[in-house]
Amino acid sequence: MATTGAKAKPETILGDLELICPAGTPAALRAAVDAGAEAVYLGFRDETNARNFPGLNFSPEELADGLEYAHARYCMVFVAINTFPRAGAPEAWHRAIDCAADLGVDAVILADIGILDYAARQHPDLRLHLSVQASASNAEAIRFYHEAFGVRRVVLPRVLTVEDIAELNSQIPVETEVFAFGGMCPMAEGRCLLSSYVTGKSPNITGVCSPASHVRYEERGSEMVSRLGDFTINIFQQSDAAGYPTLCKGRFVADGRASYLFEAPTSLNVLPLLPELMAAGVSALKIEGRQRGRAYTAQVVAAFRAAIDACRRGEPIPEMPQLADVTEGQRETSGAYRRAWR
Amino acid sequence: MTNRKAAKSTTSLALGPTLFHWDAERWRDFYFRIADEADIETVYLGEVVCAKRRPFILPHIAAVHERLKKAGKDVVLSTLALIMTAEEMDEIKQTTVDADLTFEANDISTASLLAGRRHVIGPFVNAYNGGTINYLAKRGAYRISLPAELSLDTLEALGQTKAVKDVSLEVQVFGRLPLAISARCYHARAHDLHKDGCQFVCGNDPDGLTIETLDDEPFLAINGTQTLSDTYCSLLAELPALKAAGIDSFRLWPHSCDMVQVAALFRSALDDAMAVEEAEARLDEIIGDVPLANGYLHGQEGRLWVEAAAE
Repeated sequence: MATTGAKAKPETILGDLELICPAGTPAALRAAVDAGAEAVYLGFRDETNARNFPGLNFSPEELADGLEYAHARYCMVFVAINTFPRAGAPEAWHRAIDCAADLGVDAVILADIGILDYAARQHPDLRLHLSVQASASNAEAIRFYHEAFGVRRVVLPRVLTVEDIAELNSQIPVETEVFAFGGMCPMAEGRCLLSSYVTGKSPNITGVCSPASHVRYEERGSEMVSRLGDFTINIFQQSDAAGYPTLCKGRFVADGRASYLFEAPTSLNVLPLLPELMAAGVSALKIEGRQRGRAYTAQVVAAFRAAIDACRRGEPIPEMPQLADVTEGQRETSGAYRRAWR
Repeated sequence: MTNRKAAKSTTSLALGPTLFHWDAERWRDFYFRIADEADIETVYLGEVVCAKRRPFILPHIAAVHERLKKAGKDVVLSTLALIMTAEEMDEIKQTTVDADLTFEANDISTASLLAGRRHVIGPFVNAYNGGTINYLAKRGAYRISLPAELSLDTLEALGQTKAVKDVSLEVQVFGRLPLAISARCYHARAHDLHKDGCQFVCGNDPDGLTIETLDDEPFLAINGTQTLSDTYCSLLAELPALKAAGIDSFRLWPHSCDMVQVAALFRSALDDAMAVEEAEARLDEIIGDVPLANGYLHGQEGRLWVEAAAE
């Protein structure tokens, strides 16, 4: 069992808010580390992680290099192994865990009970985080994962308000990590089969949602139609930028009326909520977007780094106009953190 | 298990909990009729989708439970899928203390409360593989109702990898498939309302509300905070393959159509007492003009209908 890890930053305060940043590629990893991430998270280049997109993710060799780069700069590395193994073929998931443990990663992020059981038994010193895909939304569920497998941190599903999170944190013996910026699932994560219903590919099994292989854009007169599988997800005026047809971010008709029924194409942004989330006892903020490029990573991480540091000093959160350039559809939401969202 | 008669059919037909917000008297009368007339072994009972609906059925649940028990049904009390507040959790804790009752856990929290007792793991808990199934079975799950998106290949592999031989595996074989759950209420949104002041508009749609694309194609169905398939799953033709794969419980989701007849049809098909073509034709008569799907079982898009002959 390797015990190397990120060096402790001299100024790190216990219980401080960590900034956890996506690394879809080695270049994005370096960008996130350089921009001030306390930890980066990444996945192997296969179906064991929930961002199994072409051209993304890490080989074991690239992970080893990334670990060296990050650890030398006081940054931790978490590896997401957070899909649900195919019945009868858990070997790829077991190998991923063994590899991550042997290379000395700082934590693995897991969702499947069988895989948590394997990791806890085979690698008792490996730090386990619970993926958002496990959909642990209450104290009893979190206590189960802690007591059964020694899980030390839970990534909370995007269904809870800040008040819910504060109450939850007072009841559980583990750290919580919450999504701070980026893509926004309106559905409880890990419990959504919409993508496989339409494309045959699902987040839980294949590690993808609304995959590009099933996306088509069709010109229809002056309009642009975005389709996923055999369904129209949205229709845009030609002049508009046609957005990516993520299934739950489309316009659909209920009772004769078209609307963004599930969720609009929008980005989660908790910057205005930072002081509240800190007061709620949250341990870490997670930036979504392993599928985004290094420029996105650098920009978002730098903005959140500055905001968290301002918060720590008790200063007001600075304006971050640059984030508007990287938000989906140039729109922002505080999502489920505010009760009004429901 | 000892003294299990192998000659008698070991397959169990199960009626899942009503996912929709039916009027309380309608809900009660539905189950009274199931108790009196339906050839079904297991009946799941209780609110799974939205905690706000539970008070409506509460006054009737004891009478329904008793009637079903007297009719010889195996009654299992289903619990909430998405538990977000301490109040919701406390209610489940209070309900599950009664050791004489059997429960279905639809969240891992409830499974944890029930550890060491016989219980069912519902389809809203992610049990995708042998590692998870064996873990849950060792903690007292005697039946695991599997997620809808599993293919026949996966089910066959599951049948082979289960270490706890007695654990029963259940598959959803009829009805709109539950696809997603949210903190947000889509029924309320569709009516310009907020979840906190929803006026229980989900009660207007006893089978859910069909959502169409901008091209007027039926797409999905909403049921409060839940999203379902617009199509009805039907695995009549696949029952023999499911049985061969080791599946021994078959879940029908309640709809407003004649569920006694639907159950009779699946019973006949399970017992090989009716040809598939005839069973499918009869099902069309019972449920009317409803699109069917079986794609998941065939390893394809869940929305697709794959003709049995194509296999």
